[in-house]
Formats: sequence, C-alpha cells, structure tokens
Amino acid sequence: MSSSTIVSLPDQSTARIPKVNFITKENGLLSWLLTGDHKRIAMLYLASITFFFAIGGALAGLIRLELLTPQSDLMATDTYNKVFTMHGVVMIFLFLVPSVPATLGNFLIPLMIGAKDLALPKINLLSWYLYVAGGILVLYTMAAGGVDTGWTFTTPLSTHYLNTNVLSTGIAIFIAGFSSIFTGLNFIVTIHKMRAPGMTWFRLPLFVWSHYAASILMVLGTPVLAIALVLVILERTMGIGVFDAAKGGDPILFQHLFWFYSHPAVYIMILPGMGVISEVISTFSRKRVFGYTAVAFSSVAIAVFGFFVWEHHMFIMGVSSYSTLVFSLLTMLVAVPSAIKIFNWSFTLYKGSITFETPMLYAFGFMGLFTIGGLTGVFLGTTGTDIHLTETYFIVAHFHFVMVGGMLMAFLSGIHFWWPKMTGRMYPEKISQLAALITFIGFNFTFFPQFILGTLGMPRRYAAYPAEFQVLNVFSTAGATILGVGYLLPILYLTWSLRYGEIAGSNPWQATGLEWQIQSPPLTENFPEIPIVDHDAYDYDWLERKHEREREVTSV
Amino acid sequence: MSDSTVAVSGAQAEGAHSGHHEHPPYQRHHFETIEQQMDATSFAMWLFLLTEIMFFGGLFTAYLIYRNWYYPAFVAGSHQLNIFWGTANTAVLITSSFTMAMGVWCAQTRRKGGLVLSLCLTLLLGLVFLGIKSIEYSEKIEKHHVPGFHYSLRSFTDPASDPEIYDQYHDKPLALDMARHTEMYFGLYFAMTGMHALHMIIGCAILGYLIFRAQAGDYTTGHVTFVENFGLYWHFVDIIWIFLFPLLYLISRHG
Amino acid sequence: MSAPHEHQHQHTKDNDDATHDDHLHIVPPRTYIIVGTILLIFTALTVWASYLELGVFNPVIALFIACVKATVVVLFFMHVKYSSKLTKLTVGAGVFTFLTLIAMTLADYFTRAWGRW
Repeated sequence: MSSSTIVSLPDQSTARIPKVNFITKENGLLSWLLTGDHKRIAMLYLASITFFFAIGGALAGLIRLELLTPQSDLMATDTYNKVFTMHGVVMIFLFLVPSVPATLGNFLIPLMIGAKDLALPKINLLSWYLYVAGGILVLYTMAAGGVDTGWTFTTPLSTHYLNTNVLSTGIAIFIAGFSSIFTGLNFIVTIHKMRAPGMTWFRLPLFVWSHYAASILMVLGTPVLAIALVLVILERTMGIGVFDAAKGGDPILFQHLFWFYSHPAVYIMILPGMGVISEVISTFSRKRVFGYTAVAFSSVAIAVFGFFVWEHHMFIMGVSSYSTLVFSLLTMLVAVPSAIKIFNWSFTLYKGSITFETPMLYAFGFMGLFTIGGLTGVFLGTTGTDIHLTETYFIVAHFHFVMVGGMLMAFLSGIHFWWPKMTGRMYPEKISQLAALITFIGFNFTFFPQFILGTLGMPRRYAAYPAEFQVLNVFSTAGATILGVGYLLPILYLTWSLRYGEIAGSNPWQATGLEWQIQSPPLTENFPEIPIVDHDAYDYDWLERKHEREREVTSV
Repeated sequence: MSDSTVAVSGAQAEGAHSGHHEHPPYQRHHFETIEQQMDATSFAMWLFLLTEIMFFGGLFTAYLIYRNWYYPAFVAGSHQLNIFWGTANTAVLITSSFTMAMGVWCAQTRRKGGLVLSLCLTLLLGLVFLGIKSIEYSEKIEKHHVPGFHYSLRSFTDPASDPEIYDQYHDKPLALDMARHTEMYFGLYFAMTGMHALHMIIGCAILGYLIFRAQAGDYTTGHVTFVENFGLYWHFVDIIWIFLFPLLYLISRHG
Repeated sequence: MSAPHEHQHQHTKDNDDATHDDHLHIVPPRTYIIVGTILLIFTALTVWASYLELGVFNPVIALFIACVKATVVVLFFMHVKYSSKLTKLTVGAGVFTFLTLIAMTLADYFTRAWGRW
C-alpha cells in the first residue's frame, strides 16, 4: 500500500522545464525588486519569511537551551526576557501571519480563480516592501539590545517600566501590520472581482475560501492593533495617559485593543493553513472534500466568531466577571466551525484512495496536532480552568500545538504540495517523508511535555524553574533539537531540488485545481487565454474526461 | 454540467493578448475590461476605508470609556475648546466635501476647468481647516493644556483664573482628583484631532498631485477612478470630523 | 436628470467610454447642493442643541445628528445609495465591526463593578 502513489511525472529523458516562464521572463535583480507579478512577489516573500523563520527558530533554540537546567545559567534573566520576546515578535508578525497567505496565497489565488494577477499588483509589491521595512526595524531592535515586553507589549510594563526598544518594535509591527492589511485587501478584491467566467463562489477551491475569510480578519482587525501601538508610542513619548493608571487611564484597555486584533490574528494564521489542508486531503484521497459548503462557510464563521472572543485572553486580568461569562460561551462556540472542518476532512478520507506523499503526511500531522491544540483551547476558554492554566506552560503548549503543530505543518504541507508548480521540479520524496516524520516526532517531544509542566504549575516567561520540573524540560529541549533537524532538512533538500529535482510536468499530483492545468512554472500572466470554468472544485471525473480527450487528440 | 474544455494548456503562446477590443490607455493589462478595473479599485478603496474605520474605532472606544468615568473633567475640558472655531471648521470641512463631490461630477462629465477649480477650492478649504486647527492648538499650548508637557490644572481647580472661559460657563472648581483627569481629555483630544489632522495633511498632499494631473487633462478623458477614490477618502475624513466635533466640543455647552 | 453626456452610449457593452450608465451613476450637482445645505443646517442644529439643558438626551441628540450627517455623506457624497450591493455590504461590515469593538469592550467596563458593592 505504501508503494502506491498518484505521482505521475513526465518522461525524465525528454522532459524540460518550459523555456518561457515567470522566472526566466526577465533577468536581473531589478526585475525582481520592481516586479508586479504575484508569483515573483510570492517568491520574494518566501525567501524573506524563511530568513525570519531561521532567526525566530534560532531564538527558540536559545530559549530551550536555557531551560535545559533549572538555573538561569546560559544567559542573564533579562536577556532571556529579550530572547523570548524577540522569538514571539519575529515568529508571529514576521513569519506566521504572512507565511501561507503572502507566499502560497499570493502565488496561487490568481491561478486558482483564473486571473492574470492580483487586482492590485503595485499594492502587492508595496506590501512586500512594508514587510521588509518592518523586518529591518525588528533586526535593528535586536541589534540595539532587544525589547523585553513579551510579544504582547503588555501595559504598563511596555509604557512605564521598561527602558528597552519598545518604540522601534512598535513602529516595526505597525509597518508590518500595514503589509498584512494590503495583502488581505488585495485578496478580497481579487476574489470578488477577478474570477474567471464560470468560476462561481461555490466552485472556488476551499483554499480560496479560507484565504477570503482570513483576509477579512486582516482588513478589519489589524488597524486596531495599529491604533493600540500608536497609543503605546504616544504614551511613552508624550504621556497622554490613556494606559496610565496614575493619570486615571486603564492599562487593561490596551489589552482589549491588542487582543481585538491578536485573537483574530490567530485565525489569520490558521485559516490559510486550513485551506492548504483541504486541497491536500482532497488530492491525496481522490475525493471531493466532504461537505464542501460546510467547510467553506465554517471558514467565514471562524472569521466572524473570531471577533467576539478576544477577552478570553484577559480572564485573569481583572475584567468584569459578567462579560467573562459571555466571552467564555462565545469561545466555546468558535470551536464548532473548527470541529466542522476536522470532521469533514476525516469524512473525506473515509473510503478515499489515500496515498501517503509528503504533503499528505504533513496534513495528517496537522489534523492530529491541531485537534489537540484546539481542544486544549477549550480548557483555556473555560473560566475556571483558565485561572489555573493560563500563564503556565500549558498555554505555551496550547498555542504551539495550534501554531507550530497546525500552521507550520500546513505551511510545509503546502510548500511541498505546490513546490512542483512554483519551481517546475519535484523535491526528493523519500527524504522529505523522513523530514515530515522527524518533524512530527520532534514536535511532540518538544511540546507535549509542556502540557504536563503547565498542569503541574510551571509558569511561562521565566529563565529559572524549580528542579522537579527538569526531567520534562530536558525532554522538551531534546525534542526541540529533533524538531530543528526536521526544519533544516526541507530547507536543504528544497534548495537542492531547485537544480537537481526531477522535472515535475504540469500536474504531478493529478489534482483538479486550475493551477495544475497550466505549465509549471507558470507564465508571467498565468493563462495564455482566460479559462472558462464549467466544473466544480475537486471534480476528479472531470479531470479523467479531460485526460481522455487529450489522449484522443494525440491518437488522432 | 457540460463537458466543454477549460481552455488552458501548456501552450507557450505568451502575450497572445486576447484583445477583443481596443483598451483605453489607462487600463492595466491584467484586467479584462475597464469596468472590472474600476470596480476593483473602487472596492479596494472601500476596504481601505474599513481599515480606517477600525483604526479610529480604537480611539473612539478609549474616548467613550473615559468620558463615562470622568464626565465632569471632560465637560470642563470641552469648555476650553473654542466653539466658534470648532463650528467654523465643521462648516469648512463640509463645504470642502461639497466641492470635492462637485470635482468628481466634473471629472465624470469631462469638465476640465470645473474639475481643476473644484479641486483647488477643496485644497484651499482643507488648508483653511488646518490653519484653524493650528490656531486652536496654539491656544492649548499657551495655556499648558498639552498633556505631558508641563500640564497645568489651573483652569480647572480655579476656573475664575481663566476669565474668558469662566464668564461663559461659570464652571465650578473641580476637586484636584477630578481636575487631573482633564489631562486625559486633552490627551484624547490631541490624539483624535491629531490623527484626523494627519489624514487631512495626507489628503492635501494628494490633492496637490491631483490638481497637477487634472491640469494636464488626465482625469477628463474617462479615467475618473482616481478622483472618485480620492473623493471617498476625503468624505471619510469629513465623517470622522462629523463625529469628533460633537464628541469633543459639544459635550455640555449649557451653563 | 443629469448631464447630457452619459445617455449617449448607454448600455452598449464593451464601449470604451467611462460613462456606463449601469455601472457609474452620475449624481447631479443639485443633489450635492441639497446635501451640502442639509449638512450645514444640521451642524447649526447640533451646536444649538448642545446649549439646551436636556440631561442624558444631550449626547443622544448630538450623536443622532452626527449619525444622520454621516449617513447623508455616505449615501450621497460617497454614492453608496447608487452603488452595488457589495459596496453597501462593505459599509455595513465596517459599521458592524466598529460597533462590535465598542460595544463588547464597553460591556466589560460597564459590568466590572457589578456585585462588588
């Protein structure tokens, strides 16, 4: 069974990468830096987020190394604070938020809906430059001595008690936020206005639906983060008093504004990943996604509900117990659409012709880990248990299960799945399956012990801890090492495959999306002729018929 | 479902432009039709305005909370604002919205002279608004009502020391505790009107560019999207002021 | 109803003129003049109302007038009355999220002291 595969590659002795494609179209650095082509911008994004992922990963490595022993011996405690803050800032704002949308979404949405480009190519490029500007400011912050507020910029810590680089970090996040706004705005406009003839809303791949939902959150949520950061900056520079208890301000107001964005931000991070999983699961079980409409609407439901739950980050911070009740209930409700997705993917697998290529392995990893991450979220959304579990390693484990176990798995799944389309070459299958396995094992070793640590009461954000927690921490650090290998491997073999990978041909997975019906890598304006769509998404019979017709044509 | 083809293949006929008719010069080539381009850009502008709504939303939330907590301080603070200048500015901004709307109409109906005139008037009114705003700001600076910079409570703990305002409203002195919260009022006043003024400044800069291009006749050949979208922005900034004015100036003007 | 221009190439699909009637509704200047006047009158009204002693109704009236003015600007100056459903929905979504932010944040502040005295 494990030998069965759907991969169908062209005859390697005769196959060549098409001479004309979006990569070879123009040469020179400037042709990349001034490009309007969504595919090139996606590549720019891919390179830059990989760079920041490496930095964030290195910082994570330092954190785990410090926590190997109960004392703070590798670095001073305030250095540790800076390291975990920078880890959070880099990973969340410079990796997770843009990861799938800005790379895969950017590359694929126009291809999937049959458009020549995103609606606003210049805005798309601008969004990359804003991202880079934000990234450079974060690098500057690190060079200038870092910041130690935690990625949450919690007031009054960030406004009154710290003398680190809050300003430059705040401005960096503000700028990077606008990059995210412009990406989301561009996606919404594109999905509404640029669909090919016949590509109705309910023929869209679910990848597009989930990006649409995430884009709504980006457009409506991010500005609130922006104003929260502006107020922090004004508070620090001018002391306007809105977050200053001494002047009658309320520090908790900052948290309201911050989490109004940052909770939906979790869905900005996970929704595009869910879109990837829908595509992968369907392709590798050769079935239409079960309950397409339910999955599509559950994305939108997550986006809408996402705006009504932010206060569950603040249950222990002195907010009203009555509003706590309401927000707790709403938090439970947001679990429903997430569960709909998991159930529907499971039903899609049921009686499907499943094959186990690398993207599918990562997708399985996603389903398992995201389910655990999501269910532990219900513990945290319950007001009683939250008081015990929040601000401990339980919450660290919870969001790493969702973000790393969920989002990062989905990202890797998607990168492997569309790598042949983006580059025209296959990645090496065996070693990548190994990498998927290593990542899964390493991940569980790293983060599962943290659930136990949290339940036992180990608080987060401290460099030192009581000696009785050491065994589990050693497990976690060892797991992080394995995880590191799991992440290093794809970077190495994907780079290798750029030159030496097998020629993929236009549709190695026999997938149904429009993007698979054109050459890989695609042409600069994607479609020589705008397609007319006459079938639903994931219609494998349609693909069969198309192949039959092509065979007839060649035999004639 | 019929079984006709999806007309995409590995063909390398790049640039085979499916030109079914001549495109106007301002149509970007990734759009199929000019309607699609206009629809898309105007929709994008609306989405951008959504982000602006939410951006100001944070400030309005803060304002509402503190106004409820420190009502007397907010009343005393608002009495320091000059109602004449505030009303005048509202009228100026509404009139500028009107001239902007007329500008859009001129562009749509291809009246170049009218467009340039409307845009110039809009710019002029925008600058008048900013001028009046700076007069108001300088009053606050003189009275040390800028939070964080030697903020003075004197007008609130001892209203009689500020005869200009006192003669109008006869405010009772506030207890020191409450008087201190006027700083919060002015903090929000400067944050909100400052953010609004920043939008005005950006708007004026773009207006300058628009006038320059309109003079060259760029917007009176059918390409009205840019003017229309800028109009949306300008009206949005107007709407923000429509709310700021009653919230900041008109909390309680009766004696 | 409006300038002579836009009736000339009505509904001829694929013409390259910007004045497609079904697509772009040209609001006549008369409407703008009426709307501008209404806005100025309402401005005067809200200033006048603020000098009356109306208790809790002072802010209610001030905000009501502001909402009316904003609505008029959105509908006529910003052409939403003549725009597609999508534009209307977009405006609605913005207002809805704006109100969510304010209402749900204030829900915390207004109930914080409940049961604590």
